[in-house]
Amino acid sequence: MAEVLDRVTKIIVDRLGVEESQVTLEASFKEDLGADSLDVVELVMELEDEFDMEISDDDAEKIATVGDAVDYINSKQ
Amino acid sequence: MEDLLKLKGKNIVVMGVANERSIAWGVAKSLYKAGANVIYTYRLDRSLQKLTKLLEKYEYPSDLVVQCDVNDDESVQNAFREIGEKVGVIHGIVHSVAFARAEDLKGDFIDTSRDGYAFAQDTSAYSLIAVAKAARPYMTEEGSIVTMSYIGAERAVPGYSVMGIAKASLEASVRYLALDLGENGIRINAISAGPIRTLAAKGVPGFNDILRLIEEKAPLKRNVTQEEVGDMSLAMLSQLSRGVTGEVIYVDSGYNILA
Repeated sequence: MAEVLDRVTKIIVDRLGVEESQVTLEASFKEDLGADSLDVVELVMELEDEFDMEISDDDAEKIATVGDAVDYINSKQ
Repeated sequence: MEDLLKLKGKNIVVMGVANERSIAWGVAKSLYKAGANVIYTYRLDRSLQKLTKLLEKYEYPSDLVVQCDVNDDESVQNAFREIGEKVGVIHGIVHSVAFARAEDLKGDFIDTSRDGYAFAQDTSAYSLIAVAKAARPYMTEEGSIVTMSYIGAERAVPGYSVMGIAKASLEASVRYLALDLGENGIRINAISAGPIRTLAAKGVPGFNDILRLIEEKAPLKRNVTQEEVGDMSLAMLSQLSRGVTGEVIYVDSGYNILA
């Protein structure tokens, strides 16, 4: 769990240019981390590469917070 | 050793870098290897930020990065005037821009809105005509234009919908532009690339299924890379392809030949 969060955090910090301290499980990509819809697509692609998985379009739409992303990845591994 | 490409120091305009995955970035990387002077256009500020970071990361030089909104004639004309006046001669253009609204790619093609259809055409096909017209006065040493297409222009690819129609229009525009530009010795060709995981491609519903289909069926049994499309674009921009214009060139692991 912690390891997934660390890897997800690293990607978010790199892609969105936010501080590591802002990346909490509750943080919303769009509302708290300033991501626009293209940023979210980019993040999904980075996560797919990092965790060597496919995130379907429907599933991607449901990922709104950092916690959602971490839960999704854990559920698929 | 003879320099076969003869692109050293040539001014090539690359349109459509959104991020590191963009096909346009693949072409830019190939162009740097050939020693070209790469000029960029961008529309969104976010693309400019990405591009600036990429150029720093790769330590690539670019003296000229110009804002250009292909939906706006004045913006296109101003961009190419600025480029033309700064560099003198434009030797090549990479047109790697397209857009369709997400709501027009979801659901059935038959439900495409009139407005969404027009917008996809305007951004993805008319933009090539506008760019060719704006650049022609500065393409005084012949030169070459390359645009990006996809098999969805000719075949019905589920999910590609309104963008397939726009690409069909783009490919036809390449042929008619080839007629006009040929008078000035300028060549124009389309590259029909296999699916590549770009930001734009992720907007196509079921894109992952399309990738899998190529791995399964295409003669080479794999998907093509950004670098492969970049290198073919390089060939089409260089004098190696000097006898070719109005053509659609496939970089698709051979997928298009299948019945």
